Amino acid sequence: MALLEVENLQTHFRAQDGVNRAVDGVTFHVNAGETVAIVGESGCGKSVTAMSILRLIPEPPGKIAGSIRFNGRDLLKLSDKEMRSIRGNEISMIFQEPMTSLNPVLTVGKQIGETLRLHQGMSAAQAEARAVEMLKLVGIPEPQRRVKEYPHQLSGGMRQRVMIAIALACNPKLLIADEPTTALDVTIQAQILDLMRDLKRTVGAAIVIITHDLGVVAEVAERVIVMYAGRKVEEASVGKLFRTPRHPYTQGLLGSMPKLGSSLTGDETRLQEIPGLVPSLKRKLDGCVFASRCPYTTDLCRAVAPALEEKDDGHVAACHYAPKEAVAA
Amino acid sequence: MSTPILEVNDLKKHFPIRGGFFGGTTGHVYAVDGVSFSIQKGETLSLVGESGCGKSTVGKAILKLFDITAGQVVLDGQRIDDMAYGSLRPMRRRMQVVFQDPFSSLNPRMRVRDILAEPIRNFGLAKDGTDLDRRIAELMDRVRLPRDAVNRWPHEFSGGQRQRICIARALAGEPDLIICDEAVSALDVSVKAQIVNLLQDLQKELGLAMLFISHDLAIVEHMTHRVAVMYLGKIVEVAPKRSLFAAPKHPYTEALLSAVPVPEPGAARERIILKGDVPSPIRPPPGCRFHTRCPYAFDRCRKDEPELRQTEDGHFAACHLHDLPDAQNPLAGARGAAVIAH
Amino acid sequence: MSAPAIDPTKVAAAAPMPDIMPPVKARKGFWGFMYRNPTIAVGGTILLLMVLMAIFAPYLGTTDPTALAPARRTREPSAQYWFGTDMLGRDVYSRVIYGARVSLFVGFAVAICASIVGLAIGVVSGFVRWADGIIMRIMDGLMSIPSILLAIALMALTRGSVGNVILAITVAEIPRVSRLVRGVVLSLREQPYVDAAVAAGTRTPIIIWRHILPNTIAPMTVQATYVCASAMIVESILSFIGAGTPPIIPSWGNIMAEGRALWQVKPYIVFFPALFLSITVLAVNLLGDGLRDALDPRMAKRL
Repeated sequence: MALLEVENLQTHFRAQDGVNRAVDGVTFHVNAGETVAIVGESGCGKSVTAMSILRLIPEPPGKIAGSIRFNGRDLLKLSDKEMRSIRGNEISMIFQEPMTSLNPVLTVGKQIGETLRLHQGMSAAQAEARAVEMLKLVGIPEPQRRVKEYPHQLSGGMRQRVMIAIALACNPKLLIADEPTTALDVTIQAQILDLMRDLKRTVGAAIVIITHDLGVVAEVAERVIVMYAGRKVEEASVGKLFRTPRHPYTQGLLGSMPKLGSSLTGDETRLQEIPGLVPSLKRKLDGCVFASRCPYTTDLCRAVAPALEEKDDGHVAACHYAPKEAVAA
Repeated sequence: MSTPILEVNDLKKHFPIRGGFFGGTTGHVYAVDGVSFSIQKGETLSLVGESGCGKSTVGKAILKLFDITAGQVVLDGQRIDDMAYGSLRPMRRRMQVVFQDPFSSLNPRMRVRDILAEPIRNFGLAKDGTDLDRRIAELMDRVRLPRDAVNRWPHEFSGGQRQRICIARALAGEPDLIICDEAVSALDVSVKAQIVNLLQDLQKELGLAMLFISHDLAIVEHMTHRVAVMYLGKIVEVAPKRSLFAAPKHPYTEALLSAVPVPEPGAARERIILKGDVPSPIRPPPGCRFHTRCPYAFDRCRKDEPELRQTEDGHFAACHLHDLPDAQNPLAGARGAAVIAH
Repeated sequence: MSAPAIDPTKVAAAAPMPDIMPPVKARKGFWGFMYRNPTIAVGGTILLLMVLMAIFAPYLGTTDPTALAPARRTREPSAQYWFGTDMLGRDVYSRVIYGARVSLFVGFAVAICASIVGLAIGVVSGFVRWADGIIMRIMDGLMSIPSILLAIALMALTRGSVGNVILAITVAEIPRVSRLVRGVVLSLREQPYVDAAVAAGTRTPIIIWRHILPNTIAPMTVQATYVCASAMIVESILSFIGAGTPPIIPSWGNIMAEGRALWQVKPYIVFFPALFLSITVLAVNLLGDGLRDALDPRMAKRL
């Protein structure tokens, strides 16, 4: 049994002029200790998926349906109180903006200790000792001094390290990181990605990383889920996805990224464009969600929504025309 | 060589920090602290660096959106930094700007047509109403937006389409130079490709010079002829693209290149992970500004500030390592291939 | 990936996803706006009724509100005298209906005057750096005096008339408006579209007219409603203490002032004008809150 099993997740929102089907039938699983990336462009529903797992979607205007089984328990059926004992304890989350995710009037140590005292009933002294330990773990120099500092005394990269320390304080089984490096500069991003790789080895938590940056995906993930317009369109191991992308959207995404070092290899071709715009999520689409922008669209695509099919070992894509390899039974 | 379209000499911009009861100056942010470069007609120069390095301030200083502290800005042989705002106005036609955020770059209460008509009218380019309409229609064609979209409001467009409108506005004055201040950074990957292609096509068709300010090295490599790398208000390296990406001559450039995540899983590359954070531009460190994070720093770096010097043809770097014999200089070889995955 | 011939009957179709919430009816136009903004609908309707009532006062079964009739003074409310009569025998109902004219006129006039002057001062302050410090210190000074006190002082210097009441309250309200405008102008000046307009060679007066002013309308409208509500209250207070509208003109403050002596025995004389004043002020405030939420959620935070 996988650690997290999400099945037919639907998260819809009431909007002024209709129902916004932000996530519409997403199924995936995360094994213990595994790193899975959910990648897609803004509005594809990747962040909403993450928030739905932790039930951080305000209801109303939102509504979640489907099932989210964590260690066999359906999170959507738990009471609010049971859910609170899971958040920050068994599943924790890191957000994009380290500036606004920390409380400016509490010291770093207090904020790390808070979750420990809440979930694990530690005393103040124990919690502080553990906070120092956590800061050391996330590579903050002079943890004894830093633990007494306030967020504004730390730089952006340091704050993100503190966020990670808070998230890991209770030894969660699952860590959800929503664009954890997007707000950071490239040299700081490299530090944080490096830290996340290290922590994976030492802490052993499963990680779901939400990002729009395929470079980040390649650096940290083992398995990748590509989302488009509220749906999963492709899933594969990181190697397969980058080497042989099956869905035209994934192919388009990879082709539209300039490659670093292109001037050295003479590979300075024009970037591939994905024409057009993401369809409105307010109406139900017949057919494939990508049909309006896909270079290979046929009448079949516009009429029948393709199911997710296994095209190769563990490589799933929702495209009628993606070639199928002989799948090992 | 012909006159460059833009020359910047020893540009400085220090923002005063006001504080205290009477609002006196308590210090300065040394945002840009002695930057020089030039751009030839039809050339793209990229200014790269991390947030707070002063690259956007350079762009705004060239546009004279504020007064500079010291230095010179020369547009096609004519000094513009000391001009009065009134006499500068006609000169503004020759350099235009595209900003990062497509949402706040367009006045929400103006229709596209009025947004595009503003520079045409200001610079007196249209002979009459029909000429104005013709020019606006041409601009819409250039940025590949439907002509009938001119009567719509900015909020009716997506981010990428808004950025096309911003580009059309920048082209309206028939400029020689366009400053792109992180013009594609806020866009989604697939839309980014559309705008990058558009900018490249326009440059080819119209022979524009471009100052491309960005933090995204992969895009920069795709777009540019030459690259200038900034760190804490100074240029640490300038070189033609291929030379810079093949063999960076400044440790900061090398670290930047190695830090960019590349979409190739399992790529064998040498990683240089810089320690710590960028120091505050209020109190920049003495000596070389990069010495606090440099993996190769030695005694001299903490005392002497290195000059930007030519290391090979057209390739300038501000680093003391190049005074050492090659055997002791870690940047002597072609490092680019090692730090960029292949 | 050239499309290979595939048999359309054999393709795997994705299971359709059900609706998990009832469909939302898209409500467009005026009624849709009112449906989504009930506070505007309620506040606006009440205010509209008050305005209509003030305009059509002579046709609402009123008598001359200033006609004295000592023979029928201090009558209780009845079918003939809906709100009773006061100590001089004047019909309170007629006086309250006519009194709406003064209160609403003062409220709207102050809102308009304070907005215009405040806008001008705020724009100058936001654009002319050397003037900013001086103007803002003067505004701080004005704000440190309670507005009622300021109005009383100004009224003491002039003769009591509706015009002077408006002037006095306007002066007291200007600092708040100009501060708001200055803040909005300063933040609008930082917008990239303003920088782009400068780069496009637009002259400063045009930038103010075309790029700054239209974008101050939303927060200004909201502020104007608050000014209007506050002006109506201040007008009543001034009239109540005898420093406002001349007693000859029926205004809600005047009616309450006259009923004050009798309020323990004849509370209705004070009650009805007070009720109308409260309802009107509430309506204006509801309208303001609704507009703040509807016009621009980001602007709302600045108010």
